[in-house]
Amino acid sequence: MTQPQASRGVRLGLYALTAVFVLLHNDFWQWNDSRFVLGLPVGFTYHLFYCAGAIGLMALLVRWAWPTDLAGEGDA
Amino acid sequence: MTLVVLGLYLMAVLAVGFMSNRAFRGTGEDYFLATRSIGPFVLLMSIFGTHMTAFSLLGASGEAYRRGTGVFGLMASAAAIVVPLMIFFVGTRLWALGKHLGVTTQAQLFRARWQSDGFGLLLFVVIVLLVLPYLLIGVMGGGVTLSRITGGEVPSWVGGLLISMVVLFYVTFGGLRGTAWVNTFQTLVFMVLGTVTVVYIVGQLGGLGPALERVATERPDLMVRGEAIPPLYFFCYLLIPMSVGMFPHMFQHWLSAKSAESFKLPMLAYPVCIAIVWTPSVLLGTFGHIDFPGLEGPAASSVLIRMIDLHAPDILAGLLGAGVFAAVMSSLDSQTLALGTMFTQDIVRHYGFDDQMDEKRQVLVGRLFIIGILTTTYLISLVAEATIFGLAVWSFTGFTGLLPVVLAALFWRRSTKVGAYASVLVTATLWIYFFSIGFNVTGYSAFGTGLPPVAVIFPASALAMVVGSLLSEPPDSEVLEKFFAS
Repeated sequence: MTQPQASRGVRLGLYALTAVFVLLHNDFWQWNDSRFVLGLPVGFTYHLFYCAGAIGLMALLVRWAWPTDLAGEGDA
Repeated sequence: MTLVVLGLYLMAVLAVGFMSNRAFRGTGEDYFLATRSIGPFVLLMSIFGTHMTAFSLLGASGEAYRRGTGVFGLMASAAAIVVPLMIFFVGTRLWALGKHLGVTTQAQLFRARWQSDGFGLLLFVVIVLLVLPYLLIGVMGGGVTLSRITGGEVPSWVGGLLISMVVLFYVTFGGLRGTAWVNTFQTLVFMVLGTVTVVYIVGQLGGLGPALERVATERPDLMVRGEAIPPLYFFCYLLIPMSVGMFPHMFQHWLSAKSAESFKLPMLAYPVCIAIVWTPSVLLGTFGHIDFPGLEGPAASSVLIRMIDLHAPDILAGLLGAGVFAAVMSSLDSQTLALGTMFTQDIVRHYGFDDQMDEKRQVLVGRLFIIGILTTTYLISLVAEATIFGLAVWSFTGFTGLLPVVLAALFWRRSTKVGAYASVLVTATLWIYFFSIGFNVTGYSAFGTGLPPVAVIFPASALAMVVGSLLSEPPDSEVLEKFFAS
């Protein structure tokens, strides 16, 4: 049931994307922004969307960077 | 009504625990790891329920009351990204190694990785010392919550006793399978109840928009992070959820997985679960300013209970009590089982029986330790002071400080036992230093820099691992082959 792992370049790209995504957690540019977006304070809305983005990132890691050395271990 | 709902809930928990015992196979591996048979959904619920504590319901609303909606980014979305990454990079690999080497505890794994009995013992001691206060917080938190919800009608010691006895029953009889099944039930309970609570109370306040507008008018500072949560502090706080990589109770759950595939659902669904639990807590805490402005200190932590008392005093209070009990017990059970497992495997079996101990005796000793640990914790909770609640973040800080040990074990072939010793000793030394001067200081920062202590301890620990390893002999190739086979 395990899919083949993507090339090393794709995996490194995903790890880099992961690092950027982690840095984006610190949304310093709207620290004192009191506007409301979608009915919530902009910072709150941003971090709700950040959670959604985390799901997308995890989906990419699961699909393209799942460690192959685990494949088959106990999957029977 | 509150007590009736709570009583029904505890009976349901006992029933789930009892059912799990019927699947018990009588072996040590089944008792401590459910024979590594836990599938994706139960693994998700176990990991999430173990990680979330009463703090996620009560403490988070109190923090949101004090610091505003920015608490969601500080504590919730940070965990939503960090914990799945820990599952991906650490959990899956520990599972594979645990299965390959047949280990049950962290000390067994690291003892084998660095061929050092002494290091296994040192890690055992440090981990036990970091988990014990956390156990105490769970027992005390449950008691205090029940007392508050019932308006003091039920004293704290009764709530603590109830929680301890219920956990004792299903952990003693069901082992990890019982813990996982009950955690699944309990996690679903506190996720559903949190949502029901916020929907009901927001309805009473006239809807989400009007409620937020009222708070924004009176307290615009709560709609932004501003000076209440400085950017640097916010950034460093990402280190706190990394502690899951070294929690012994989380380690045991990783090892219980049926297959590597079982980790995919927890990775994908964890951010959703976080949003479901923390959004209501943060919103309700912020809305507390509408009805209860000006609360300070411990009174702010009880804002959620005050809101429920005011807007839905009967059945919802009972359901909230059940939700808090669920959050407390789903962590307490795993921590107790992990300590029982460590005492059985790392001390009694390793030193008393030279790692040769029959299966039935392992289960018996494990059960006896669990009874002893819970009894001792409960007795201490009767005399401990409420100030120990502040220990939670210190416990997380200590575990994050130990994280370089597991990262080096998994990813750095050149790491050695000298580096591992250095990392643990630097963590312990700095932790004791910061704790001794900062425990009772509100908003304490390391050396007055604005940084939380974890921002100093983690890099220092990592540096000690690197320097200690490079200054010592490389590890044996035979050992490396076992750990880096592919």
